[in-house]
Amino acid sequence: MEMHFDQHISRQFNEDLESIKTEMLEMGGMVARQVADAVDALANADSELAEKVLHIEEEIDRREMALDEHATLIIAKRQPAASDLRMVLSVTRIARDLERIGDEASKIAKMAIALTDEGTSPRGYTEIRHIANAVRKMLNDALDAYTRFDVASAMATLAEDEQVDMDYRTAVRELITYMMEDPRSISRVINVLWSLRSLERIGDHAKNICEQVVYLVEGADIRHGHEKNLKNF
Amino acid sequence: MNTMTLDAAGQAEPVQPKAVEQDTVGTQTKVRETVGKPFCDSAKLRMRNVNVFYGEAQAIHDVSLDIGRNEVVAMIGPSGCGKSTFLRCLNRMNDTIEGCRVEGELSLDDEPIYGAKVDVVPLRARVGMVFQKPNPFPKSIYDNVAYGPKIHGIASRRAELDEIVENSLRRAGLWNEVKDRLDKPGTGLSGGQQQRLCIARAIAVSPEVILMDEPCSALDPIATARIEELIDELRENYTIAIVTHSMQQAARVSQRTAYFHLGHLVEVNDTETVFTNPQHELTEAYITGRFG
Repeated sequence: MEMHFDQHISRQFNEDLESIKTEMLEMGGMVARQVADAVDALANADSELAEKVLHIEEEIDRREMALDEHATLIIAKRQPAASDLRMVLSVTRIARDLERIGDEASKIAKMAIALTDEGTSPRGYTEIRHIANAVRKMLNDALDAYTRFDVASAMATLAEDEQVDMDYRTAVRELITYMMEDPRSISRVINVLWSLRSLERIGDHAKNICEQVVYLVEGADIRHGHEKNLKNF
Repeated sequence: MNTMTLDAAGQAEPVQPKAVEQDTVGTQTKVRETVGKPFCDSAKLRMRNVNVFYGEAQAIHDVSLDIGRNEVVAMIGPSGCGKSTFLRCLNRMNDTIEGCRVEGELSLDDEPIYGAKVDVVPLRARVGMVFQKPNPFPKSIYDNVAYGPKIHGIASRRAELDEIVENSLRRAGLWNEVKDRLDKPGTGLSGGQQQRLCIARAIAVSPEVILMDEPCSALDPIATARIEELIDELRENYTIAIVTHSMQQAARVSQRTAYFHLGHLVEVNDTETVFTNPQHELTEAYITGRFG
């Protein structure tokens, strides 16, 4: 079934739905920027940029709350059903994932500040770059799939999370080896590990967003490995 | 009678028209065939290929639907879609309309509703009806409920009638409000109480099926909530078909929802499916308030 959110008899309802979708996508844009900045701050030992990431966090939180309030009002006033209901639910669920991604970006920014103070550690940065690129692409593709109601693209993006998880495990093994070889590096490498962990979590949240694209368009709940709930795929 | 075939074991098996499943996602399902689950295993009412005409005009086109035992089926759709006409076929209320013609197979417990030998008076006792506007008789509350059992010969002695009246009013959730004023006119009650009185009147003759035609559209939200609560309780003992313009009401009270559009039964599905993920785009357009 095609998705049309601009054909309600009530024009105000069209505008309300359009508006929460736009709010969520704007929030998504901010969060994607935040992740990029956090990774750059880490790679370039740029504590100024890291501070900026931490600062934006408050704005993201504020937007999540505003979006929730807006969605609550739509439910109270319109009692949305079918695709409208799924739109409202998916937007609020995604906002929550975006806020968590913002939290992870902030953690990375904090690691960046800590690592800058200790002097740079080249150990593990290649892995961070690699995984960061993968999860940033996932996040952008997930939001893009939502904008276009594109289930095929959401499913393809969702599948990329497996590779991210594998790369993360490989990186962890490698970093453990570094730490065994050079125990003096342990505290710095642990900071790198935490950052990797945050990136891996961002991948999981991007995957959740893809699942919400499927829920919105097909009405199928495929979370927690229930991909079989999506028929004809 | 249903068309019958014999299977290998010689067992008679009713031939059921196949419900058309939704085909691939994204296709325009413009065909006027019922999508979803119009049939069930324990059908109390079974309707097959029902067509209804008012003179030359056809109001219902080829509708097939089962209503299961102890099930509440909600019928929704825009004004003039035929949902009330279809409901009124189920106890032959359409017989009273000049020029109305009903074709197709309709059965109650596998007995034809439109059989030549069917007497509509006992039929309507088995299949009771509650209307949009509460319409108590201009009699006392007691007599409103006792009238049916008396004329149907279900009870004649005062003690028996007392028991039926109390039971019916209790089941309709009205007893505590009226037990001290049973001799007062039913028309003196509030709208919501009158509607519950009408439900008590319908229950008094021990029906098997209760048809409700927009039973809450003239009631305030509190009276509506009482009736909805009552519908849920009545389901234990009765089969209920309800026509409603309130989508939220259909979502709250029914197990399956049937969506009618221009005299066609477009979709029948589990209520939760209809309101979260309808299979037909016309259903989706209607329940979400889009241009159909």
